[in-house]
Amino acid sequence: MAQVAHRSVIDEERELDGVGERELLDIYRSMVLLRTYDERSLVYHRQGRIGTYAIFWNHEAMQAGSVHALADEDWIFPSYRESAIGLLRGMPPATVLHWWRGHPAGWWNPADYNVASICVPIATHVPHAAGLAWGKKLKGEPACAIAYFGDGATSEGAFHEGANFAAVMQAPLILFCNNNQWAISTPLHAQTHAETLADKAVGYGMPGVRVDGGDVLAVYEATREAVDRARAGEGPTFIEAVTYRAAPHATADDPRAYIDLARVEQEKKNECLGRYERYLRRLGMLGDELEAEIKAEAVEAMRRGIAEAEAEPDPDPELVFEHAYVDPPPNLREGWLG
Amino acid sequence: MAERLLVEAVNDALHVELGRDDSVMVLGEDVGRAGGVFRATAGLRERFGENRCVDTPLAEAGILGAAVGLCMAGWRPVCEMQYDAFSYPCLDQLITHVGRYRWRTGGAMEFPITIRMPYGGGVRAPELHDDSPETYYVHTPGIKLAIPSTPADAKGLLAAAIRDPDPVVVLEPKLIYRTERGEVPDGEHVVPLGKARVARAAADELAAEASCEVLDIRSLRPLDEDALLESASKTGRVVIVQEAPRTVGFGAELAAILAEKAILDLRGPVLRVTGFDVPYPYWKIEDAYMPSVERVISAARRLLEF
Repeated sequence: MAQVAHRSVIDEERELDGVGERELLDIYRSMVLLRTYDERSLVYHRQGRIGTYAIFWNHEAMQAGSVHALADEDWIFPSYRESAIGLLRGMPPATVLHWWRGHPAGWWNPADYNVASICVPIATHVPHAAGLAWGKKLKGEPACAIAYFGDGATSEGAFHEGANFAAVMQAPLILFCNNNQWAISTPLHAQTHAETLADKAVGYGMPGVRVDGGDVLAVYEATREAVDRARAGEGPTFIEAVTYRAAPHATADDPRAYIDLARVEQEKKNECLGRYERYLRRLGMLGDELEAEIKAEAVEAMRRGIAEAEAEPDPDPELVFEHAYVDPPPNLREGWLG
Repeated sequence: MAERLLVEAVNDALHVELGRDDSVMVLGEDVGRAGGVFRATAGLRERFGENRCVDTPLAEAGILGAAVGLCMAGWRPVCEMQYDAFSYPCLDQLITHVGRYRWRTGGAMEFPITIRMPYGGGVRAPELHDDSPETYYVHTPGIKLAIPSTPADAKGLLAAAIRDPDPVVVLEPKLIYRTERGEVPDGEHVVPLGKARVARAAADELAAEASCEVLDIRSLRPLDEDALLESASKTGRVVIVQEAPRTVGFGAELAAILAEKAILDLRGPVLRVTGFDVPYPYWKIEDAYMPSVERVISAARRLLEF
């Protein structure tokens, strides 16, 4: 078994080497921004201001902890669960809101942020991340890539092909599995017979690491090590961040039919943002005033984001014919009355 | 100008294009050390190095998925699928990503991927070495598709595909890889996508009864509708020949275009000579499946008598 001890930092009251107060607070700001994005999005959905939305509440530690361990030149390949991860690279909230509003202004150029497009089909972006990482390595560029996916994704062929490709090519890739133990209604034990998902790494000839997915610093530390390995030419790493899905899969889902509600309540009490706040308070880095200030900034960013998104005019229907081809075939508009 | 076999023309195109553009790389199963199971990639690894002609794991979706990421890293990947029917796992990537990634970026990012593969039957091979999968590919928005049938076109269309900024599939007729020989221009040779070719002005068997034009469609997307309509206007009688199964084959698309745009030129129904809606047969009886000369002549006679 590849199992490494389930790593944690916060519960062990450890402090990370080389990470000062400024960085710790930056990580906190990122978590707050993501949490605020997520909670506001749920409200916007209920108000009919965005469409169906994939909730990532209690996944913020995994997203912020890992992104902070990357350099700007490193590429992020998000699944829909990480739809707002671009915010941590300076993407405007309005862009992500547009995406969930079905507006083409939700398109972005991946090269502007080194954030690939949101991948909707499960695990199919894993080979893209492997290809990007391999391609950068072939060009002698130092960038690595990180691909985010859930526990269910490890059952997909695309996960396997991408992981194996990355290992064979020794591509500088981090395979980041947010194991929240549910794929919509399918529990982990119905997804795999492996004892842990990190065990799968053995079969690919890469290290498999398990971390507490609710512990942003454990995630940061594990990702930083994986990035160091990648940059040193030592190939990919599989990180299994273990958490529990404390919210519905998406706004269209009602988990009461299948989930353990008592467990959800317990997870909510121990959600990742609160855990990190208590840690920062114990270190004396966070007080009421600073917390309120950081949260107000995030709320304001979202307020501006939704205002900007709603001020955007409806897209021109002519856009139907744009962008699929650099050089479109001549019969593309056959039957168009516009 | 040199005389080359069709597969040699493919190989020549790859040598020229890899030599011309440092970002072009070939990846696929057995393309490096072995030079490809049909030798289409022979010599590339030796000349351009193992990073420009890469033996990949046996994973068609992985190859095409990696190609998407390679484009993001600035490469221009040419993916070989070893056989037509072995390419099907890559359809997941093709449909969900390759045909739509540029669109998804609002046109900001290009995905100049070439997917080339040997296709078609008649080669006395086991199951799933004989398919004509063009419809699966060309039905996918965002994907272009070309099928050469001469050595010169095999080189020129592949060069066009590699240089094209959009994803292009090139289906190479493996039956004539080593039987079709012809003059191929040396050095850079590009046959633009979207242009059909008048293959011959009259077919021998029918010469005594009627004059027959043979139009090689060559590029399924973009499609040269003008050439199709012009040919139909000359003869008024059209027989479409395809090896793929009948239902929703590309012949049906051509027939629909003729019905929409050439109705006043037509002097009879548009007839199709196609494969059948069955799995491609075991090779002892595969000739019964193939669109034969007899079936084509029979359709043409039926049309003349209409």
